[in-house]
Amino acid sequence: MVYAYQIAFSFSILILISLGLALIFGMMKVINLAQGEFLMLGAYFFVLNSNLGLPLWLAMVAAGLMVGIVGVIVERTVIRFLYGRVLDTLLATWGISLLLVGLVTTIAGPQSKSVPANIGTVSLGGLDVPGYSLVMILAAILMLAGTYALWRFTNLGLLVRGTMQNPEMSRALGTNTSMIYMFTFGFGSALTGLAGALLVPLFGASPTMGSFYISKAFISVISGGPWPIIGTISASGLYGVIDGVVSYKMSPVFAEICVLFVAVVMLRLLPQGITGRMRKGI
Amino acid sequence: MRKFLHSFNRPAAQMPGYGWWGFVILASLILGALPSFLGLAPLFDLSVVLVLALLALSMSFLWGYLGFLSFGQTAFFGTGGYVYAVAAMNMGSTTLPFVLGITLPMVLAAVIGYFMIYGKLSDIYFSVMTLVITLIMNKAMRATSGSQYVVGDVRLNGQNGIPGVPALQVPWNTDVTLFIDQVYYLAAALVVLVYIGLRLLLTTPYGRVLIGIRENEQRIELLGYDSRLYKLLAFILAGGLAGLSGTMFAVWGNFVGPEMFGLGQAAEIIIWVIVGGKATLIGPIVGVGLIQYLTTWLGMQGVGQVTLVLGVILIVFVLVFKDGLVPTLGNLILRLAGKEPSRSDTKDTQP
Repeated sequence: MVYAYQIAFSFSILILISLGLALIFGMMKVINLAQGEFLMLGAYFFVLNSNLGLPLWLAMVAAGLMVGIVGVIVERTVIRFLYGRVLDTLLATWGISLLLVGLVTTIAGPQSKSVPANIGTVSLGGLDVPGYSLVMILAAILMLAGTYALWRFTNLGLLVRGTMQNPEMSRALGTNTSMIYMFTFGFGSALTGLAGALLVPLFGASPTMGSFYISKAFISVISGGPWPIIGTISASGLYGVIDGVVSYKMSPVFAEICVLFVAVVMLRLLPQGITGRMRKGI
Repeated sequence: MRKFLHSFNRPAAQMPGYGWWGFVILASLILGALPSFLGLAPLFDLSVVLVLALLALSMSFLWGYLGFLSFGQTAFFGTGGYVYAVAAMNMGSTTLPFVLGITLPMVLAAVIGYFMIYGKLSDIYFSVMTLVITLIMNKAMRATSGSQYVVGDVRLNGQNGIPGVPALQVPWNTDVTLFIDQVYYLAAALVVLVYIGLRLLLTTPYGRVLIGIRENEQRIELLGYDSRLYKLLAFILAGGLAGLSGTMFAVWGNFVGPEMFGLGQAAEIIIWVIVGGKATLIGPIVGVGLIQYLTTWLGMQGVGQVTLVLGVILIVFVLVFKDGLVPTLGNLILRLAGKEPSRSDTKDTQP
């Protein structure tokens, strides 16, 4: 039971921190190096919102939306000019990441902030776990299901998947791919912002919190490969098991080293990630 | 003039001209003469610029010659520093640790490079994975604060790093250790030698294949070269260079810490290289000087957030001055002189 809980918790954190990144990567083949800072922004917007008196859950959703808006602004002012120049996009998003860390430290100060969730512990088969971590597991599942539904069953999702698979053809059929790119970037950013807000009650918010999560997020997206949803689920599943078990048995840092080791060996065998060989997917 | 400027441009597979040699000799003379005019404090600051220039060269070698963007040169930089520190404090002498500080990062680069390069990872996967590797090394090093993390007699000290790293001894007379000005001379000599060495490497058959890989890897493979081996060797060489830089950094500051592996350090290398211009080898050296000067100056002005400024610089250079300062200035001079700017990108494509 302990292991099931640990694995589910690691899995949900991996899903939360990497789903937005994976969507952007699947769409534009671009890794947003400012991913950690988008998490951080979500966390800070959440702290701000709840200090303004918004109820907890509303404050989280609002934080997600605000980061989504930041994402759209970033896409329109910087990323848009760099499509097709993959390495330049990496560099530019790294610049954005530094800029955001500097900006937030200037405005909010370097100290860490937190908002308690005030949910007690839940007894789970003889094991007391913080109730909030169950909320996070639930949130991760909801986020996956919501994204899947949006991608799979709506008209917008169809356009998004079409643009992802063949941008030229979508353009020829009259899709405004530039808008689709903007939407995907904004949507991915919003999910990331929401994830950042969800992390606050357990881990707090600080300007450099992004760097705690990015290495895991990058590993899981790269291992997942080109199809964002299946890739994220399978990579988070694999690393969630390793991370959950090893961090319970040994230490979180050692777990991360193990995850890195497995990822490096796996990329030697599957250089395009787990879903790299799949011709169809989502 | 044009030929002179071209010899600094995107590495050409020809022997550099007299203008270039003249420049190198002049620059060496200036570097050699500086200690007579500067006090110890500015010399100390200048030394670290030279030490970090080695790190910048290791990155721009991979990026400019091979189009291979490694975000993780800090992994080898940090390893070099830590290996030197731990070995020197255990052994008492410093000659072997200095050598180890270069060779062990090369071994690490060989292992990492084997998995990355022989797996044929795409550019973006390679860049991000190298970044992840250095970030996790940073985290691992930070977690070594407990007293059980001891190598020989040296505690790794996690977050706090290892202070009191021994100064470098003269190999043939271990009673004499290098003082600030001698460390400066050593760093300056290393930068000049590495610069000349990398430039001349291009004129060798090996260097020509590297340029070929940058321009068209598939064609090079069809010609029968195993491009993976060439890339791996370049990655190992760059790893050794970063290790040398890390070792010199430990010698310079008598200190190593986990920041050497960190995201901030990794970002700074990128900024040096992109500001100076990745297409030349001299650009990154200029970039190190400018950015180090700028960050010190900003610090003195009381601007709290240097990262904010660095972030803006990085974005502006990627979007607007893609080539970096040195090539942009070079082309500007050519244009003012009424000549066509050198189109280096197309110039070197003939095999």
